[in-house]
Amino acid sequence: MKILVCISKTPDTTAKIAFTDNNTKFAADGVQWIINPYDEWYALVRALELKEKDASTVLHLINVGGADAEPVIRKALALGGDEAIRVNSDSRDSFTIASQIATHAKSVGYDLILTGKETIDYNGSSIGGMVAELLDMPYISLATKLELSGTTATVTREIEGGEEIAEVSLPLVVACQKGMAEARIPNMRGIMAARTKQLKVIEPVAVEALTSISSFGLPPAKAGVKMIPAEQAEELVRLLHEEARAI
Amino acid sequence: MSVLIYIDHADNQVKKSSLEALSYGSDLAKQLGTEADALILGTVEDDLALLGKYGVRNVYQVSNPQLNQLDAQVFTAVIADAISKTGADTIVFSGNATGKAVAPRLSARLKAGLVTGAVALPDTANGFTVKKTVFSGKAFAFVQLLSPIKIISVNPNSYSVKEGSGSAEISSLDITVPAPKVKVTATNKVSGSVPLGEAEIVVSGGRGLKGPENWGMIEELAGLLGAATACSRPVADSHWRPHHEHVGQTGLAIAPNLYIAVGISGAIQHLAGVNRSKVIVVINKDPEAPFFKQADYGIVGDAFEVMPKVIDAVKKLKGK
Ligand SMILES: Cc1cc2nc3c(=O)[nH]c(=O)nc-3n(C[C@H](O)[C@H](O)[C@H](O)COP(=O)(O)OP(=O)(O)OC[C@H]3O[C@@H](n4cnc5c(N)ncnc54)[C@H](O)[C@@H]3O)c2cc1C
Repeated sequence: MKILVCISKTPDTTAKIAFTDNNTKFAADGVQWIINPYDEWYALVRALELKEKDASTVLHLINVGGADAEPVIRKALALGGDEAIRVNSDSRDSFTIASQIATHAKSVGYDLILTGKETIDYNGSSIGGMVAELLDMPYISLATKLELSGTTATVTREIEGGEEIAEVSLPLVVACQKGMAEARIPNMRGIMAARTKQLKVIEPVAVEALTSISSFGLPPAKAGVKMIPAEQAEELVRLLHEEARAI
Repeated sequence: MSVLIYIDHADNQVKKSSLEALSYGSDLAKQLGTEADALILGTVEDDLALLGKYGVRNVYQVSNPQLNQLDAQVFTAVIADAISKTGADTIVFSGNATGKAVAPRLSARLKAGLVTGAVALPDTANGFTVKKTVFSGKAFAFVQLLSPIKIISVNPNSYSVKEGSGSAEISSLDITVPAPKVKVTATNKVSGSVPLGEAEIVVSGGRGLKGPENWGMIEELAGLLGAATACSRPVADSHWRPHHEHVGQTGLAIAPNLYIAVGISGAIQHLAGVNRSKVIVVINKDPEAPFFKQADYGIVGDAFEVMPKVIDAVKKLKGK
């Protein structure tokens, strides 16, 4: 069994979101970078669990990013995985990124490719589906559970107001979210081992971007809160009905 | 040249999020000086001609019942075929579970630029630029689509449904449906409740409620308001509530008309998933709770004393 987990670098969840260069660039100064939580907590940890059940499993991590992504890749390797691949490109276009992952995946022939359901910065929710299409593999998005038995996967995915359970044969691409696994903390042994694991850098293939971000903006600030005394809680209902027209 | 809107359905009915996508797509067609058509895969009981009320001219249907179950790979092949048959060059999805599974595949297949999480109509004066949410609702990005075919996936609850009059022409498309690789073996729906992602009103509880046994008042208020229930992350992590109710940066991002937060502190990660709500009400006993800064209405008080009063007042309002 060969598994590939896609790892993205994102700002910490408490990072201040601001933009520079006339609102065309994320203000990265002083920002802490983390592994995208969906990639780490769910995709990577589930892959580790599968490897723990079957020691012959080969587990690779892939990141499409610049050299500045390497600390985050090492952090992921500290949790586990045999080696990592970094495709040296700082593209922000989902199709370009997915094409790099698909090109590498084709050359190795993975049975299972896991991504997070989205990154917490660009919220594209696109890479898994694009990789699956480029590799002509089935795709399960918003997955909350994944079990393997031989070459058949049983996957639970979220649908509006519930969940759906499906059987799919490998090879398969799955986008993971909450429910998949419990977050782990790397231990000292893992951190030491990660230093000597292979982190291969490969150059990107030429792909024409389909999108480009022209600028960013921040939502307008709230006008301010109207406080209602606790003893007059019924007044809240009147305001919601008559003023906000929300109920 | 035309706009094609993908219609999603479940339980034999067109989804509300698809009505938003229809309104978005029809308005976009007007802006582009072209026509809007709808595409539906599978079968429903709804009268599809009525989708004309939302401004579409034709409803194309591929009425193979195999398509009542989602296999993103199959759907993508069928939609791509429908696009070439109808000559559409702008495709609109709702960014719901189906849209998330299918739109990216279609983008890769057609080399068509995709923007997910769209919250407004594109700016087409100079190119084709779509406003979308980024950083989990903490910011916006304006994304330019560079390809001849363009795909837009609209955030649920971001575009209002506009209902007019009119009737659409239904025509069936003759498309070969490939064999599915995904076999759905079970569907578990939480019966009777409003799906969180589509809900107009959401009543949400946090750790301040102390334990799962105290959720009766959250459910009662939600029931009275026709609302969905939600919770903060630690509440789901402690298994007080199911995982699918977890909202926030690492849960579901929602944008209801009204979000009522009870006993939730308003951590930045929680706010990220709910800050696109139009009206936010915060009930918290701590006047310093950060959530008040993001709220429209606030009550400082003990939820166990405030909620019964709110529930009574809503009962009176609803004449119950
Ligand atoms: C990487 C990362 C991702 C995260 N993602 C999410 C996410 O997606 N969603 C999320 O929600 N959190 C997320 N968190 C957790 C977040 O930081 C907070 O810890 C969490 O939101 C707090 O939940 P809470 O408000 O229910 O609990 P608390 O912070 O414990 O707040 C409880 C509140 O209840 C009030 N209270 C207590 N008793 C009463 C009473 N009787 N009546 C009224 N009010 C009362 C208190 O004053 C307090 O404000 C994330 C954290 C990290 C690090």
